[in-house]
Amino acid sequence: MSASAQSFAGRVPSDLPGTALWPGAYASIGDLLADAFVQFKSETALIEVRRKTEGGRWTYLDVWRDTGPLGALFEAHDLGAGSRVAILMSNQPRWLIGASTAFLRGLTIMPLDYKLSGDEQAALLGHGNPAALIVEYGLWRRLPPIDVPLVIISEAPEGADLGGALRWEDLEGETFTRIAQSREDVACLVYSSGTGGTPKGCLLTHNNYLSQWESLARLYPMVPGDRFFSILPTNHAIDFMTGFIGPFACGGTVVHQRTLRPEFLRSTLRDYAITHMALVPRLLEALREGIENRLTDGPDWKKSAFSALTQVNASLTWKKPWPALSRRLLKPIHEAFGGHMKLMFAGGAFVPPDLSQFFYDLGLPVVVGYGLTEACTVVTVNDLKPFRADSVGPPVFGVDVRIAMPDREGVGEVQIKGPTVFKGYLNEPELTAASFTDDGWLKTGDLGHLDGAGHLHLVGRSKNMIVTAGGKNVYPEDVEIGFRSITSDEYAVTAANFVWPKRTMSEEALMLVVRAEDGLSEGLWREILACNRRLPEHKRVQSVLVWEEEFPVTASLKLKRGVLAEQIRAQLEPGAAHPLSEDHRPWSTAAP
Amino acid sequence: MSDTLTHDLIQRAATRFGVSADGIEPSNDFFDALGIDSVQAMDLLTELEDHYDVEIPDYELQDARTFEQLADILRRRGA
Repeated sequence: MSASAQSFAGRVPSDLPGTALWPGAYASIGDLLADAFVQFKSETALIEVRRKTEGGRWTYLDVWRDTGPLGALFEAHDLGAGSRVAILMSNQPRWLIGASTAFLRGLTIMPLDYKLSGDEQAALLGHGNPAALIVEYGLWRRLPPIDVPLVIISEAPEGADLGGALRWEDLEGETFTRIAQSREDVACLVYSSGTGGTPKGCLLTHNNYLSQWESLARLYPMVPGDRFFSILPTNHAIDFMTGFIGPFACGGTVVHQRTLRPEFLRSTLRDYAITHMALVPRLLEALREGIENRLTDGPDWKKSAFSALTQVNASLTWKKPWPALSRRLLKPIHEAFGGHMKLMFAGGAFVPPDLSQFFYDLGLPVVVGYGLTEACTVVTVNDLKPFRADSVGPPVFGVDVRIAMPDREGVGEVQIKGPTVFKGYLNEPELTAASFTDDGWLKTGDLGHLDGAGHLHLVGRSKNMIVTAGGKNVYPEDVEIGFRSITSDEYAVTAANFVWPKRTMSEEALMLVVRAEDGLSEGLWREILACNRRLPEHKRVQSVLVWEEEFPVTASLKLKRGVLAEQIRAQLEPGAAHPLSEDHRPWSTAAP
Repeated sequence: MSDTLTHDLIQRAATRFGVSADGIEPSNDFFDALGIDSVQAMDLLTELEDHYDVEIPDYELQDARTFEQLADILRRRGA
């Protein structure tokens, strides 16, 4: 594959600021953690917030001590380098204690999304084949029978019937032998997709994570006393980096709370003096709505004063953030965010420029970046020098970005090279090979261009997937299973943008293509509606396209999705798809 | 057959959303019976946590559809 010469490398190195540990000095995440436990021993590492009381507080020394029983169990079971341990927990301190133990013991961790269904989680456990699973009681109860040799359950009631599993609180060991890892060893097996289709388990090395942290710490180091509020699931690349590796490398504090209900988020921001948090665009949008609603309810003079103060703040902070000034000018807004917020990281999905600009103008910097699981956490990130809402920032230190085969406007596929790029997909050498160009660049499937300042602008997607505003990657293959009961032998779910590429990152939608030679009958339409209703909201298709020809398939009868998309594109316009809603009656219209 | 907790839960939820508890069965889907969406279901969860003095992670509501399933979650958490 040929590529253009247009490329941009990450910024020039400088000394790592703050009190962050120097990531280059470590061979593994385990080494970094072991050093942090000593260097920051008396700092608070973890706080668990409950509704009426504090659930617990751990210093770095406490965390180190609490790795003892689990580490001793791993050692007793001869689990070490080369073994995998899955973690299935909501955001809570034991997630990080369990992961720390695994890293100290040289294990590879396999973080699972606690928001998936029990069946989906079991399917990923079957694919990743871990030697052990650390799971919290409420999530363990939802799992179907699984074949994992060692299961450790946290927070199970005393005396509960756990089958052959062990209760974490009953473990008695105190010490264990650490096992060293090298930079090239696999630290994590992270699933970027795939519960119905092919599971894509990304193998990420210690070098990937340490290099990523080095690049982020140059821009946004934390210091002891900073408090990161962890609300995105910790299995998500963003929270894993900003809510675990990052704060632990700097002696910061991670605050957990097991609910996303707005009233409790607000009280935690205030009561725990939160300085950092990471959000997906949907949550950011909800926060903006909250602010706007409060203003709408107020008198006109208040709205005018707020607007004037926002403009003053925006004009005085356009070059760089000025937190002390912003907090004074827009006190009520900052108090609603707890009064100590320094930065909010936004990612996981496309962040509309007006959304990040809204918060920046209020003196609440939202750092927008671009990343994908295959490249650890972020590839590009805004540096606030100055803030720019129109781009996803320049490449981070050490990472090169190029635009392959750009068109006349400079738009082409974003490709990446650097130390954060993953090793490959577990047990999928062909899929791995297909993810890279012949000269070793990772193909992202995202379309964009680089501007004169080296900032990346994303304009669309060339791959067959969508990303919801909640930060979920949805692959059409995973949605198809929901339509298996319809009376059509041939159907496929596809991203509408994959069939008819649209130069936008918003309004991404899924479309069901169904073969119906005689047009769409009322019966089939109702079946499709019923199947769609049963799917989780983020997996629902938005439209149905009737296709009269045979679907193109491989010799092994696998659907050739790219070819089908080309055939549809050649014959039909986007208007040929019927919006899927109860009110629409496509059977009364002529089939295409 | 309804136990005390499930009965109490139905009464409380019906009052909260201004519907009659008459005719609501433990096996009914509480979204349908109360005419609520997922955001209102979270409000209900908060009220139940307050009343029964328990704490329930949001994800537990993901699998619950009926009043008896909701009661089961509360019971497991010590209500």
